Amino acid sequence: MTTQAGDTAPDQVARLLALVPYLLARGEVRLEDAAAHFGTDADQIERDLRLLFMTGVSPGLPGDLIEVDLEALEGDRIIRVDNADYLARPVRFSPAEATSLVVALRTMVEAAPEEARDVIERTLTKLESAAGQDGEGLLRLHVDPTALESSAVVPVLQAAIAHGHQAEITYYVPSRDEESRRVVDPRGLARVEDLLYLDAWCHTAQGDRAFRVDRILAATELDTPVADPGARARDLTGGWFTDSETRTVTLRLAPPARWVIEYYQVTAQRPGPDDTIDVDLEVASEQWVRSLLFRLAPHATLLAPDDYAASFTSAARATLRLYEDGGVDSL
Amino acid sequence: MVQPRAERLMNLHILLLGAKRFIGKDAIREACYPEHARGPAGDEAFERAFERDKDALRQIGAVIEVGSADAFFDDEIGYRIPTEQTSLPEIRFESDEAAVLGLAAQVWQQATLAKATGRALAKLKGQGVEIDPSRLEVVAPAITADEPAFEPLWDAIGKRRQVSFPYQRADETAPTTRRVQPWGLARSSGRWYVVGFDVDRGAERVFRLSRIVGTVRASGKSGAYDVPPGTDVREVARRLSPSYPSVRAEVRVRQGTGVGLRRRAESLTPIADRPGWDAVVVQGPVHELADEVLTYGADVVVVAPQSLRDDVIARLRAVAGSGEAS
Repeated sequence: MTTQAGDTAPDQVARLLALVPYLLARGEVRLEDAAAHFGTDADQIERDLRLLFMTGVSPGLPGDLIEVDLEALEGDRIIRVDNADYLARPVRFSPAEATSLVVALRTMVEAAPEEARDVIERTLTKLESAAGQDGEGLLRLHVDPTALESSAVVPVLQAAIAHGHQAEITYYVPSRDEESRRVVDPRGLARVEDLLYLDAWCHTAQGDRAFRVDRILAATELDTPVADPGARARDLTGGWFTDSETRTVTLRLAPPARWVIEYYQVTAQRPGPDDTIDVDLEVASEQWVRSLLFRLAPHATLLAPDDYAASFTSAARATLRLYEDGGVDSL
Repeated sequence: MVQPRAERLMNLHILLLGAKRFIGKDAIREACYPEHARGPAGDEAFERAFERDKDALRQIGAVIEVGSADAFFDDEIGYRIPTEQTSLPEIRFESDEAAVLGLAAQVWQQATLAKATGRALAKLKGQGVEIDPSRLEVVAPAITADEPAFEPLWDAIGKRRQVSFPYQRADETAPTTRRVQPWGLARSSGRWYVVGFDVDRGAERVFRLSRIVGTVRASGKSGAYDVPPGTDVREVARRLSPSYPSVRAEVRVRQGTGVGLRRRAESLTPIADRPGWDAVVVQGPVHELADEVLTYGADVVVVAPQSLRDDVIARLRAVAGSGEAS
């Protein structure tokens, strides 16, 4: 574990109560080895040991203090601890600790590929039994990871961004309902509302693009460095839809369709009749508007532009005919 | 000289650990809290510090027993930390299992849970477990909890303290204050929910964290209530959420379209007598399936179940306009 910001007294005590059993079991440990084992730096271990030096069974009685060989620590950077046998075993998991670790593993089981499930489940079983019988030592916390949270794509993109490398992505475009492969210069990942976006220069489209990460089906980090390593990620919370050619669309939303205001970049909104809200959206594709109207049916009405409204109505009729002909037309 | 708190906590832990008898409060005060002089002000400061320290040791995992410190009079309260209950049972991990533990450290993107996981792993490292996550070719999920309400709710759940918070329902114009005994937290579809007993409504309730629009305040004592045995927060969240049961649906999808449906299809077969179309089986809540199917317009047709088919047809009729009587 790296040192966390806001290291508190209980944090330090927790660390010491884990460190001492390790040291006692080995008798003599190099400072650097102990630091590596606990994933921290030697300075922190040294600071912790100096605290340990001050404690013991009866504070104020030197004979009973825990002995830390400071000479060996400062000289040869070797740790020797004595007179601490009562601390030979780590403290059991607190409910919060056991829960965080157990739930992390349960989340991994669900997201893991088939071949990795067995080892995760074995590990989980051991931890659950250490936490207590029938989960009584656990707090109630449950996570169903979303596809995005367990996505294999995010770590690949993060690595490419960190290394300044290009990435090849397979991107799903629902408005055209197709998959495309693109080479991009990734600049950053940004969370907007519930969604995660990749901000990148797209070599295929020759332009800046924001990709929804949940629609990136696959990603590979390439060896090629990005063309402009100095490029900074844009602020995706702003109006980045305006980059491309757009049209203004006005929708009248009934209450069940109001979530649109939270989800999409609405440029203006006005109250409409009967508890409706009229909103303006800048959209880049008629197909996208049509899909949205279908999804919202019948709780949204297209007020403008007229040509979009007409083509949506005929699309709805065409769809309905597929049902009324008693199944599927063979075209 | 005032000793640092970490030193005092260590001393308190060591003093109580493995004690054969309960150690009286006075003896504890003398050994670990010499800075608090006798007298009303010092007494109060000692009580406060001692309460806080006991709480801190419990958070670390220590089991503190409370009993009578005097064999003949039970008016003096004493404390001890029994070694066996407080010590981590010895767990042995194979090297691939230890690698899994390392990956688990990467799951929580929320500070408190990340820290708790780190502490748990440090204890295993204290037992000598060598953790090296690079040995395993698995990607750990990354779980976030950005809602400000998460932290105080998680804390209250651990302590079993009642909370109150302003809650904004989607169908109400202004937030209302809710008083809840929180039982647990569940995450579903990327959203966090808290499940608990709503004190004012006298019933179990589920709240979406993103709709808690102000400060979560804990009040009253720790351990104020018990969570009903066998409570499964996921089950409660699902039962009380305004969603519908999941159904298996058969749909026909035009070839070359419906990529989103195809990606999560349970089965996918070309339809022999209808060239250009595939039969696709997918699963999901009825209303979500209807939304999804509609999104594809004339490229997807519902075959079954009838309820889903009827729902889609009714919604299409409503938007197809009056000239649809073909």
